[in-house]
Amino acid sequence: MTIKQISVFLENKSGRINDVTKALAKAGINMHAFSMAETTDFGILRLIVSDVERAIVVLREANFSVVQTDVICISCPNVAGSLSVILEHLADKNIFIEYMYAFAQGDQANVVIRPTDLQRCLEVLQENKCNVLTNRTL
Amino acid sequence: MSREEMRELQGKRLHKLVDLVYHNTPFYRNKLQEMDITPDDIQTIDDIVKLPFTTKQDLRDNYPYGLQAASLQEIVRVHASSGTTGNPTVVGYTRRDLEIWKEATARCLAAYGVSRDDVFSVGYGYGLFTGGLGLHYGVEHLGATVIPTSTGNTEKHLHLLRDLKVTGLACTPSYALYLAEAMDKYGLTKEDLHLKIGAFGAEPWTENMRKEIEDKLGLQAYNIYGLSEISGPGVSYECSCKCGSHICEDHFYPEIIDPETGRVLPYGETGELVFTTLTKTGMPLLRYRTKDLTSLIADPCACGRTNVRMTRIIGRSDDMLIIRGINVFPSQVESVILEMKEFEPQYMLIVDRQGNLDTLEVQVELRKELYSDEMGTLLGLKKKLADRLKSVLSISANVKLMEPNSIPRSEGKSKHVIDYRKLK
Repeated sequence: MTIKQISVFLENKSGRINDVTKALAKAGINMHAFSMAETTDFGILRLIVSDVERAIVVLREANFSVVQTDVICISCPNVAGSLSVILEHLADKNIFIEYMYAFAQGDQANVVIRPTDLQRCLEVLQENKCNVLTNRTL
Repeated sequence: MSREEMRELQGKRLHKLVDLVYHNTPFYRNKLQEMDITPDDIQTIDDIVKLPFTTKQDLRDNYPYGLQAASLQEIVRVHASSGTTGNPTVVGYTRRDLEIWKEATARCLAAYGVSRDDVFSVGYGYGLFTGGLGLHYGVEHLGATVIPTSTGNTEKHLHLLRDLKVTGLACTPSYALYLAEAMDKYGLTKEDLHLKIGAFGAEPWTENMRKEIEDKLGLQAYNIYGLSEISGPGVSYECSCKCGSHICEDHFYPEIIDPETGRVLPYGETGELVFTTLTKTGMPLLRYRTKDLTSLIADPCACGRTNVRMTRIIGRSDDMLIIRGINVFPSQVESVILEMKEFEPQYMLIVDRQGNLDTLEVQVELRKELYSDEMGTLLGLKKKLADRLKSVLSISANVKLMEPNSIPRSEGKSKHVIDYRKLK
């Protein structure tokens, strides 16, 4: 039920995100979503892509430090309060979230969640009938 | 040979050496006359303390041939060390010097276990630098097969190692690591190669680096030490015990001195290594200060050899950095980084001054397999390295995490320090 995310370590210097997108473009890999986390001297670019295995090979060949992580992706209606309901369920069960990011399109919004306890988080979401996406339904 | 027999031989050779330079090198004749010393005052090896030191500056000041004891008719080869500041250091060799040099290098190779069955690739630069030709003639002298690969083409080097079933490799330890890294790129593993023995030197390295090289290249890595002023590679070498480098002290007499006062230190104490070339005739040197910091061991080695050993070079008295008043050796930083598996074995020290305060930045590369994608974990890793550096160096350093392959690699002696303070 989880989906594969790749994370890329980036030094804070101009043009590095572009180098990632160029490498992926050249390999014909599509990006579904991404988010950038940063500190003063480095950042981590997290991506959901069409071909995870290939993306890792391509990026390491281009001298990037890359790791694959499992994350949960849920879909909810793009209306006020719908994410709040889901997060309420997680908070009730003390599910800690490392990081999350979201993208909305039309009447649906997709949310990527990286909880500390992946399995427990999935259980809570399913108990509450949340729409958890897989690589296939994404 | 017992220690006593060795000292007797050294004493005789020292007397002959002083006699030679007194009559053939005006530089030494003047110095000895100023100190009121004649060759007759030097009879045993203990008399060596009466003699003056020679420094690299003396060699530069007498550029190019001022310290030669032989005429150019007798000199058959010249080497020179890179002159990063001022004149290069020029060393002339007589035919006899070259014979002794290749004999010394062959001794090293024999101690590593090299035999006539071995095929040796020499990956030191061939040219003015003594590494290439020094090892080359040593391998030939022993009767093994030499491949003069030299530096510059890593891909070709790897293919030669594989195709010619090379069993021995001589190069700098940092180039050995560079080759190991490049193997991945060309789809080679250590099982594709046949390497057994490595002779690594020309720059200080650490025990952790040895482990990494041995693991990645599948060979036994031995230190070889030398410097062009004394002859070249082959001044000292490790045996199978890997517990210090045996000095060819019948040719190169070692002393350890306090770099500040010039006082000779006893065995076991760390100081600057000084050599006297007991048998050289081209450019013999009295008490040449190497600037290398090490100590000597006189106890017999488990391998049976009785010649004095030198411990690992812990730095050079001239690449020692003084940061906020504390002595810092790049090799200390290196040993910390090599202990941490999350990092590549590459690093760069950036020293600067902000206001009146020295700053030290240590740049390290993450491996291509990213350790974690959590900010907290990466920041924790950075802090862990900073804490270890602080405990080893006694000063705090700002750690900068870098992408793989972003620190420049070199094929010769690696550059590990950028000190901006000198420019201001």
